[in-house]
Amino acid sequence: MARAATTTDAFNAVAEPRRRQILNAVATGERSVSDLIAQLGMPQPLVSKHLRVLREVGLVAARDEGRLRLYRLNGFALKPIYDWVKDFENLWSDRFARMDVVLTELKQATPVTTKDGDNSDGGNGDDG
Amino acid sequence: MTGNGPAVVTLPTDTQILITREFDAPCHLVYRAWTTPELIKRWWAGDRGEVTSVEVDLRPGGRWRYVMTANGGFEVAFHGQYHEVVPGERLVSTEVFEGMPDAAAVTTTKFTERDSHTTLSILVQHQTRENRDAHVNSGMEGGMQESLSHLEKVARALVSAE
Repeated sequence: MARAATTTDAFNAVAEPRRRQILNAVATGERSVSDLIAQLGMPQPLVSKHLRVLREVGLVAARDEGRLRLYRLNGFALKPIYDWVKDFENLWSDRFARMDVVLTELKQATPVTTKDGDNSDGGNGDDG
Repeated sequence: MTGNGPAVVTLPTDTQILITREFDAPCHLVYRAWTTPELIKRWWAGDRGEVTSVEVDLRPGGRWRYVMTANGGFEVAFHGQYHEVVPGERLVSTEVFEGMPDAAAVTTTKFTERDSHTTLSILVQHQTRENRDAHVNSGMEGGMQESLSHLEKVARALVSAE
């Protein structure tokens, strides 16, 4: 998959561990910069820098309340990442669905028929 | 409902993939389906092709190699070497996609039984994030080629097993 620059691509934005920490923090509720400094123990310039990247890719949204600017997670921007993993997950779901069929047969102790038509179970013998 | 659900894939760190799934079967049978060549042939390709070759030398230092012909006609092969073999409990092996031979991963597969159900967990440890990401990307290759025909096959096999 082609990757864009950090500032335009959610994948690269979440690749940085400290940005993931910030995302986790704002995922549970709105946070101000001082909240994040206190909660994560990161210096203010670093928090501001990472917040700027996260806002540019749309992962974090902000609103002003009085003199405070509050940041929150924009979950929809995570969807491309979810979709990306989902395809891989589908491959494994398909494999496991087929294993279910194999296991149903093994449980019923029916002979396992291979494509070659023999009745070998592979002779693994681990379960007697 | 236990077992028969979707796979759960998470990315615990930048270099790891964790795949988990519960099966409605005891550990020794899940292990058998996981390690027996004739049985691996029936599930490893998922819906994306046909497994053409499975070699399993199930002992520490032994090698394994799986080959499938994908629905698009191209061949996909993986191989590796077993580091730890604890029957019914745990396997540690290397895993190399032959299309990307420099990106070797170490895979730890655990089988945990509870109340005749088995939780299978597969932790794939890559050397770099790029390699990990390429591995996750591999799931996209065949995704478009899947069809409902797989459901029909599953249904037919269930009927014939009765």
